[in-house]
Amino acid sequence: MSEFLQLVFSGLTVGAIYALIALGFTLIYNASDVINFAQGDFVMIGGMATVFLMSAGLALPVAAFIAVVASVGVGLLLHRFAIEPARGASPVTLIMITIGASIFIKGVAQIVFDKQFHSLPAFSGDAPIPVGGATLLPQSLWVLGTTLGLVVALYLFLEHTLSGKALLATAANRLAARLVGINVTLILAMAFGLSAAIGALAGVVATPITLTRYDIGTLFALKGFAAAMLGGMGNPVGAVVGGLLIGLLETFGAGYVSSTYKDAVAFLMILFVLFFLPRGLFGGRSVERV
Amino acid sequence: MAATASLSRVLRARLTPLIVLAALMVLVPVLAPSSFHLRVAALVWIFALAALGLTILMGYAGQVSLGHAGFVGIGAYAMAIGPARLGLDPLLCLVLGAVLAGMIAYGVGRPILKLKGYYLAIATLGFGVIVALVLHSEAEITGGPDGMAVSRLSLFGWRVSGALNWYWVTSGALLIGALLALNIAASPTGRALRALHDSEVAAAGTGIDVGAKKLAAFVVAAVYGAVAGGLLAAMNGLITPEAASFSHSIELVAMVIIGGLGSVFGTVVGAAFLVVLPQMLTALQEYEQAVLGLLIMVFMIFLPQGIVPSIRAYILERLP
Repeated sequence: MSEFLQLVFSGLTVGAIYALIALGFTLIYNASDVINFAQGDFVMIGGMATVFLMSAGLALPVAAFIAVVASVGVGLLLHRFAIEPARGASPVTLIMITIGASIFIKGVAQIVFDKQFHSLPAFSGDAPIPVGGATLLPQSLWVLGTTLGLVVALYLFLEHTLSGKALLATAANRLAARLVGINVTLILAMAFGLSAAIGALAGVVATPITLTRYDIGTLFALKGFAAAMLGGMGNPVGAVVGGLLIGLLETFGAGYVSSTYKDAVAFLMILFVLFFLPRGLFGGRSVERV
Repeated sequence: MAATASLSRVLRARLTPLIVLAALMVLVPVLAPSSFHLRVAALVWIFALAALGLTILMGYAGQVSLGHAGFVGIGAYAMAIGPARLGLDPLLCLVLGAVLAGMIAYGVGRPILKLKGYYLAIATLGFGVIVALVLHSEAEITGGPDGMAVSRLSLFGWRVSGALNWYWVTSGALLIGALLALNIAASPTGRALRALHDSEVAAAGTGIDVGAKKLAAFVVAAVYGAVAGGLLAAMNGLITPEAASFSHSIELVAMVIIGGLGSVFGTVVGAAFLVVLPQMLTALQEYEQAVLGLLIMVFMIFLPQGIVPSIRAYILERLP
C-alpha cells in the first residue's frame, strides 16, 4: 500500500509538469491552430536561466522571475518572427516551423548556457514528509501547488477578464472575434506569451526534481503533446487530466512493469486510447464537413 | 519561342525528374570524385529513398507520419541482426527487413490510420518512439545504445565495398524507388490517394476504398523506409538506435516538405539539403544546430511550397 501511495505521489508530480506543458500546447492551439513543438523548450529556458542567474548570485525568486520574463520574450519573438509571417500555411508547415524553432532554441541555448546537466536546490529543503507510510518531497508540493495555482489563475483570467474572454472568443471563431473589434494578432501574441510563461514556471519548479539541460525540451514536448492529445486537443481540462494520467501511467509502468519501458507505457496507452476514442478522452465526436 | 514551349513541356513531363536524377548521378562522381564526397552523396540517395516513402504517404495521400524513422530502424536492424545472430545472407535480410516493416505497418496502420491530422501525428510519433525504445533497451539482441556492427552486403557473390561501389548501389536503389513512386503517382491508386487527400468523404463517395488505400500507402512507405535503413546499416557497417529516433523522423519529414511535398525530385533535393548542410556546418561547430534550425524556419516561412515546386512555378510563370 505504501509503495502504491509512493508511486501515486511521484506520478502526480511528474504528471503535473506534463499537465502544465499540455496547457501551454492547448492555449496556443486554441488561439492559432498551431501545435507548438517549441513548448518543451520554454521549460528548458525557465530551468536553465534560473540555474545560471542563481549561480551569478541572484536570489531564487529574482532569478526565476527574470527566467520567466526571458521565456515570455522568446515566446513573443517566436510568434512575431516565425508564426505571424507564415499565417495561413498548412498545419504540417506550421509544425515544421515550430520544430525548426525548437532546434534553433536548443542550438542557441547550448551556446548561451552549456551542454551540461544542471539542477537547482529544492526550494524548501530535502527532508521527506511521511504520509501514510510513503514519503512526499517538499519539492513535489511546490510542483503540485504551482500547477494548481496556475490552473486556477488561468481559469480566472479566461473567464473573468476582458483579455481572457477575447482569447476565448478568438479561439472560438477568429473572424467573428475580429468583427467585434478584437485585435486578433495581439491575442495570438498573448497566447504565445502566456504559454511561454507557464512552460518556464513549470521548468523552474521541476528542475530540482528532473534536472535540466539544453535539449531536455524534446521529451517534455512529446509528453506534453501526448497529454494534450490524450485529453482531447484544445480542451484545457483534458490537458490537465491527460497530463496527470500520463504521469501516473508512466510511474506505475516504471514501478510495476519495467523502468526501461516507462516512456513506452505512456505512448502505448495513447495508441490504445486513441484506438477507442479517436479524439481523446474529452474531445467531441469526429465530424467531417464536406 | 519553340524553345520555351518545349521547356514548358519538359517541366511538366512525368519522367523529367527521373532523367534529371540519373544525369545528376552520373555527374557527381565526375565532379566530386573524392571518397568523402561520394559517401555524402550516397547518404543523400539513401535518405532520399527513405523520404520517398513519406512523399507517397504525406505528399500523395496526405497522411502525416512522425514515426517514419521507426521503419528505417526496423530495416536497419534486420540487416544487422539477421547475419550476425541468425547467420542469414545479408541480401536476404534486406528483403526480410522490408517484408517485416511492411507487415508491422499493416498491423499498426489498420487502427491508427483511422485517426486524422494531429491525432495521427501523435499516434505515429508514439509508434516511432516505441520502436526506438525497444532497439535501445533490448541490448542482448540489438547491442543497446552503442548499436551493433553490420556485416558487408554481397549482391550475388559481389561484396559491396568502397565509396564508389556504394555510390552506384545506392544510386540504383534510389532510381528504382523514384521510378516506382512516379508510377504509383500516375496509377489509379495514385489518383485515389490524391482524391482522398483532398476529401476522404468525396473520395469514398466515388467508390474509393479509403481505408484500404491509406493502408496501402502506409505499407509502401514503410517498405521504402526499411530498404533505406538496410542500405544505411550495410554501408556504414554500424547501426545505433539513433536511426529510429524521433529527431530522425523529423528530419525525414523536413526533407519531404523543404524539397516540396508530393514532388519526387523535390524529395531528393530536400534530402540533399538536410544531409549536405550539416556537413558544411561542421565548420561552424557549436553554431551548427542554431543555423540548422534557423534555416528550416526560413525555408518553411518563405517557401512553404518547398524548393522544387516553387522554382518550377517561378519558371512556368515566366514562360509564354
